[in-house]
Amino acid sequence: MTSANWAYLSNYAIYSSMVVFTIAFFAHAIEVAFSLRNTDSDVESASTTKFDFTRTEKSGRIGTSMMILGFILLLAGVILRGVSAGRVPWGNMYEFSITGALAFTGAYLFALWKFKVRWLGLPVVIAVLLTLGTAITILYVKSGPLVPALKSTWLAIHVSAAIVSGGVFLLANCVAALYLYLDRVEMRGPRPKWAERIPSLETLDQLSYRLVAFVFPLWTFAVIAGAIWAESAWGRYWGWDPKETWAFITWVAYAAYLHARVTIGWRGRRAAWLCLFAGSTFLFNYIYVNIYGSGRHTYSGL
Amino acid sequence: MSAVNELNTRGSFRWIWRQLTSMRTAIILLLLMGFAAIPGSLFPQRNQNPMRVQQYFTDNPGLAKFLDRLSIFDVYSSPWFSAIYLLLFISLIGCVLPRTIDHLRTLRAVPPLTPKYLEKMEFYSVVATDKSSALDRAEAYLRASHFRVRREESSISAEKGYIRESGNLLFHLSLILILVGVGVGGLLGMKGEAIINVGDRFINTPTSYDSLSFGKFQGEGSLPPFALTVKSFTAKYDLQTSAPMDYTLTVEAANPVGSAPKTQVIKVNHPLTYGNTNIYLQANGYSPVVTVRNKSGDLVFKGAVVFLPQDGNLTSIGAIKLPDMSPQIGFVGSFIPTYDRSKSRGAFSSFPEVLDPRLLLSVWEGNLGLDTGNPQSVYRLDTSKMKRLGLKQLVLGESYDFGEGSITFNGYTPWVNLQIVDDPGKLYSLLGATLAILGLLASLFTRQRRIWIKVGDRVEIAGLAKNGAPGLEVEIRVLKNLLEEK
Ligand code: HEM
Repeated sequence: MTSANWAYLSNYAIYSSMVVFTIAFFAHAIEVAFSLRNTDSDVESASTTKFDFTRTEKSGRIGTSMMILGFILLLAGVILRGVSAGRVPWGNMYEFSITGALAFTGAYLFALWKFKVRWLGLPVVIAVLLTLGTAITILYVKSGPLVPALKSTWLAIHVSAAIVSGGVFLLANCVAALYLYLDRVEMRGPRPKWAERIPSLETLDQLSYRLVAFVFPLWTFAVIAGAIWAESAWGRYWGWDPKETWAFITWVAYAAYLHARVTIGWRGRRAAWLCLFAGSTFLFNYIYVNIYGSGRHTYSGL
Repeated sequence: MSAVNELNTRGSFRWIWRQLTSMRTAIILLLLMGFAAIPGSLFPQRNQNPMRVQQYFTDNPGLAKFLDRLSIFDVYSSPWFSAIYLLLFISLIGCVLPRTIDHLRTLRAVPPLTPKYLEKMEFYSVVATDKSSALDRAEAYLRASHFRVRREESSISAEKGYIRESGNLLFHLSLILILVGVGVGGLLGMKGEAIINVGDRFINTPTSYDSLSFGKFQGEGSLPPFALTVKSFTAKYDLQTSAPMDYTLTVEAANPVGSAPKTQVIKVNHPLTYGNTNIYLQANGYSPVVTVRNKSGDLVFKGAVVFLPQDGNLTSIGAIKLPDMSPQIGFVGSFIPTYDRSKSRGAFSSFPEVLDPRLLLSVWEGNLGLDTGNPQSVYRLDTSKMKRLGLKQLVLGESYDFGEGSITFNGYTPWVNLQIVDDPGKLYSLLGATLAILGLLASLFTRQRRIWIKVGDRVEIAGLAKNGAPGLEVEIRVLKNLLEEK
């Protein structure tokens, strides 16, 4: 089979995964929407309307199965992309994005298995669909070989570590944002119906911290692997290239977040804001520096 | 100076030291360093892209001068960035070393005494078990699960997870090691660049370099005595996108000069290494080969002239200066490896390999301005005191008679830009980075917890998890079940 055929296969796998993720989206939406039930016939106050997730348990399960199936299809798409190019599939922004969506879905499935976070399904699937949609419409580039500087095993190591960290950072950001939103809602009164299933604010607070603490070493490793690769490609392990600078800033921001929590004892709103700030430095690096920045990391293919 | 005064100075020094080495200061400094790094990613930097800095100066002369006074174009070597870096370094040392010494002292320490009232602690419960043997059985279990156990007459205090603090300290100490590595590299290293035409020889002495800088404590005599002859350079490009696919440089290297040369291949991710010194393939381009004769046909110049690439298809520009002709003659040239032409852009290159080469020349006569003392780029001509004689596009082998003489486009040769770097600090940094990750893993994934068992009127059990680490509840339940023989 030719490289172009592999690339078509990869595209089919990614389109299919998007179809499946769309089904997952509807399943999760139905799960939330139809779990509303009036416990009393004479509904006076809103509090008599209850969320009853046993009614929509099936829909939720369909959502999860579709997420798993979508993950597998997306994984296939990413691998086939790599096969078509004869290298690891991390050579341009289209490829970073599909791999990032894969890592993000994987992080969600991991958290689902470990912490039972099906309530995150809806926001996660929306984010995944948006990422994939942007990737295939705006960022798509033809599959092709790598420029010489990217031909290194450290590329595979560095980029995979960075993408996985990014996926988990963004998941932590979703949780922190949800925390801030629900925190405001709760100040005004009881949670709306759809949010009743989401665990307590404390659990959200802990969850975003766990996620960050879990990937911070991996992010550190990603930065170091990048430095080792830079040493072999460019003759210096650190040169304050914009990409490196922002990776450092992200690292510092998360280190500050961990210190604020562990050693100063920040919890709740302040910690969530700091978490969002740190996550946004990561996004800034990904979007702004890749597209508008100069420097040696200009592999976006745009 | 009076004694009181002296006490005061010493006191305030101690106060400053305590402030500087407090953790809050370190974290603030760390954040400051993050913020201070930002302008360097938004403004062009001299050490990365001097051309763009120059462009910035031409575009916004007033603003640029002001920004330059704030070192905005040299952020990472600016006084304020260095100050933050140094203060952070001192603060880290002052804060982590005493803690390390403390930690080493407590390495063999026993857990603190069991608190008087366990009821208030987490996961408190009463165990229904035989009082006389409870402590023995609990101790056996706790020791088997790697707790440190303090056995008192009627209680046990056990603790696990000391690795957390060890890992944490290892992490912070490793950060210091990384900073040391960076410092050593900066003070004792060297870095230089040299452009070499294929076929030419490079001898590693200061005069062979186009640019060369040494660390503060490093002298010129420290260059390893090797010599390289560039045998060949091949570049492969993607036919559709012109993107480079592979660069291969073959050299004959002798270390030291005069020893039997060895054929070596240098690629982008595979530098040639002599000890701490690495030789990298950094960039490449073309040098057109020309012959210039004067009016009477005598040879004035023959050779390859390095031109600088301007785009991905290696459209290159350069200059040829002939101060010995009278009047002085200069050429401004463009070398086009694969000729193409469009209405809007004029002549340009459509592929980076040499398929249909052209040399575009404009010829100037007058004063080259080489003796003014102002440094001049070898790739540009200062035409302010010159007059243009003509303009010509040459194909391979063609000559052009410009009145004062003639120029022939004989051919071309590729050139490579070698970057030669000696960084004796990088191994410290690498070691520091590796240890930092190990320390981080140990500190983030170790759960530090205490368990107490007390035998009084009844048998009580309770625990404490640092930072709310999960898992303690299960552990206590297991122990309780064991004691209750469930
Ligand atoms: C004066 C200097 C510093 C002191 C005294 C200090 C102290 C501490 C302490 C007490 C912890 C918590 C350990 C625990 O309770 O388990 C910690 C964690 C941490 N520190 Fe520092 N720190 C300092 C500077 C720095 C710097 C400059 C960085 C650079 C990034 C840094 C990065 C971290 C990280 C990533 C953690 C997370 C580990 C964890 O959550 O346990 N620290 N530090």
